[in-house]
Amino acid sequence: MNVRSMLRLAAAAVLSLAATIAAAQDAPEKIRIGYVASLSGPLAPGTLTTTVPNYRLWVKDVNDRGGLMLSKYGKRIPVELIELDDRSNIEDAVRLTERLMTSEKVDLVLAPWGTGTNLAVAPVYHKHGYPLLAVTAVNEKIPELTKRWKDVFFYLGMPSEASKALVDMLSALRQQGKIGDKVALLAVAQQFGAELIGPAKEALAAGGFDIVYEASYPVDVKDLTPQIKAAQAAAPDTFIAFSYPRDTLMLVETAQVNGFRPKVFYTAVGTAFPVFKQKFGDKAEGIFGIGGWDPTVPGAQDYFKRHVAVTGQEPDRWASPLTYASLQMLEQAIEKVGEIDREKISASLGSDTFQTIAGPIRLENNRLVKQWWVGQWQGGEFKGVAPADMPNAVPPVVD
Amino acid sequence: MAFADLIMTALLSGGLYALVSVGLNLQYGVARILDLAYGELMMLAAFGTFWAFTLAGLSPLLTLVLGAPVAFAFNLLLFRLVFRPLVRRSRDRASLEVNAILSTFGLVFLLQGAALALWGGSDRAYSYLAEPVTVLGSVTAANRLLALAGALVTAAAAYLVLRFTRTGRALRAIASNAASAPLVGIDVERLSGWAFAAGGLLAGVAGVLVSSFININPAIGTEYTMKALIVVTMGGIGNVLGGLLAGLALGFAETMGAAFIDPGLVTAIAFALFILVLVLRPEGLLGRRRR
Repeated sequence: MNVRSMLRLAAAAVLSLAATIAAAQDAPEKIRIGYVASLSGPLAPGTLTTTVPNYRLWVKDVNDRGGLMLSKYGKRIPVELIELDDRSNIEDAVRLTERLMTSEKVDLVLAPWGTGTNLAVAPVYHKHGYPLLAVTAVNEKIPELTKRWKDVFFYLGMPSEASKALVDMLSALRQQGKIGDKVALLAVAQQFGAELIGPAKEALAAGGFDIVYEASYPVDVKDLTPQIKAAQAAAPDTFIAFSYPRDTLMLVETAQVNGFRPKVFYTAVGTAFPVFKQKFGDKAEGIFGIGGWDPTVPGAQDYFKRHVAVTGQEPDRWASPLTYASLQMLEQAIEKVGEIDREKISASLGSDTFQTIAGPIRLENNRLVKQWWVGQWQGGEFKGVAPADMPNAVPPVVD
Repeated sequence: MAFADLIMTALLSGGLYALVSVGLNLQYGVARILDLAYGELMMLAAFGTFWAFTLAGLSPLLTLVLGAPVAFAFNLLLFRLVFRPLVRRSRDRASLEVNAILSTFGLVFLLQGAALALWGGSDRAYSYLAEPVTVLGSVTAANRLLALAGALVTAAAAYLVLRFTRTGRALRAIASNAASAPLVGIDVERLSGWAFAAGGLLAGVAGVLVSSFININPAIGTEYTMKALIVVTMGGIGNVLGGLLAGLALGFAETMGAAFIDPGLVTAIAFALFILVLVLRPEGLLGRRRR
């Protein structure tokens, strides 16, 4: 080996060493991930059932692995979580989200809970180029919104799809001779109820069903006995209530007290919540509700156990697994990109296929196209029953 | 819907309003503390009942009996530590009212925050006496009927004590003129403390009774404070029977409004009735005009 080649070798060694040192110096100490959520106030029960426990669980899972693997620096970097409370105030949510992005300059911002808040903060994410994994948002305009906001991703889909899945299930049950035509319809007088009842009525009319009772009630209703008794008097085969958590529990208890047992009894948000099982126990059996999940997906049972162990509560059986799946997608996208480059992360989220505890997910036009819309409590588990073409859909039980 | 069902629904929701207002009537009307944290006291009681039921299988009625002295002592302590200095410092009833509003507003956040830290913010619920009972030919849930009975019993008890006992007479003297009461040998501070604590106890009773048919979370209190304030103001501040009457009136207005006009207008109907009463009788249904 001559002197020149030795020198060259030495120079190369020095250079590569320097590069390594530079990379190590460049590497951030931690990845700062923030979120604004309703930790107090009227939106807190939903937020603290579905969204926040999954955020905390995921950050623990990631940090137990040593952090997120960023190939640019060749090492794992731990995640720091920054939590802010909007006190269920949408204006605060918008303001605090902007603050996380502009003055805290966090690396990523996770989504808030609920349709209203997600839609309110979406423009802020878009303006600052942060990806928004809007898991808990149901809206008819999603296909238009994703065209406008390329960084925003939706998971729960549209009210018309919810209605279609429900009515398809009812049509199949009617064809099997298990139920008749008569449907009683209730909705909470609020954005969610209003968005669902319209498409539901259209789908029911198109399916040849007969709406024998229809009513709405205010969000802060204290007693739903009059509505349940009126629905009962109309003797429907199917009872559908597009309800929110607090009225969901009230509807079920009132119906049970009054001995109102239509063949299909469906309530919406809250039916999949752990509090539902906690309150009704065996009496939950057979009740239909919005959501559902597939506990047989690889990793799902393990997720369920970790959720209980880390957060002290069961996940809800609708948006909880999807929330965790969205975080797995984020994690895989970040590790594929190998650095915190939000534009590249968004591009990966929108185009790649991800392995999650809710099964493999590939978004189409920034939205999850196939999801559970109807679940039923069967044997202490809220199993996905519709759409019937979902993998491992369980047949609905009606006697 | 059958007429009997309507009457029953109205009675039950009216009874619920009356129930949550009795304690506030004592705290605000007699002890002169406008307690914005009243609903939070109910929330704490509801949580306590939930945990006693879930962890120890304790019947809510037993919790009611065991919890009553605890609630009384807690509120007496609260009065001595927090509100007595305010009472001493305040020159007149108006300034005491402002001071009480500010400090109990702080207490709202303190108690909500404590509940949030201790038990988390998600909904809790349990099932107790969700059994059908037929009253006046109408099927009713036993737990709601129990709340109505609670309203009648607590209102009657408070009324009887205030009307027919020596202590009650002294309390009414304080309510009508706290500055002059000491002139006839009434220990205003001590009795105010008792009235406040008794009000807190009744908030606890209401919390226990409603806990079996609502979703329990740290944020539920505010709504009850609002409703209780409306009922107390409508009935006449410090007048327990007026509160009972106002609660029932509110229940009837809401139920009939929902049945014959529109269920979406219930809140508007309730507030319309409230405004009507305030315009026609600013001192409340059974209240005495203050000079």
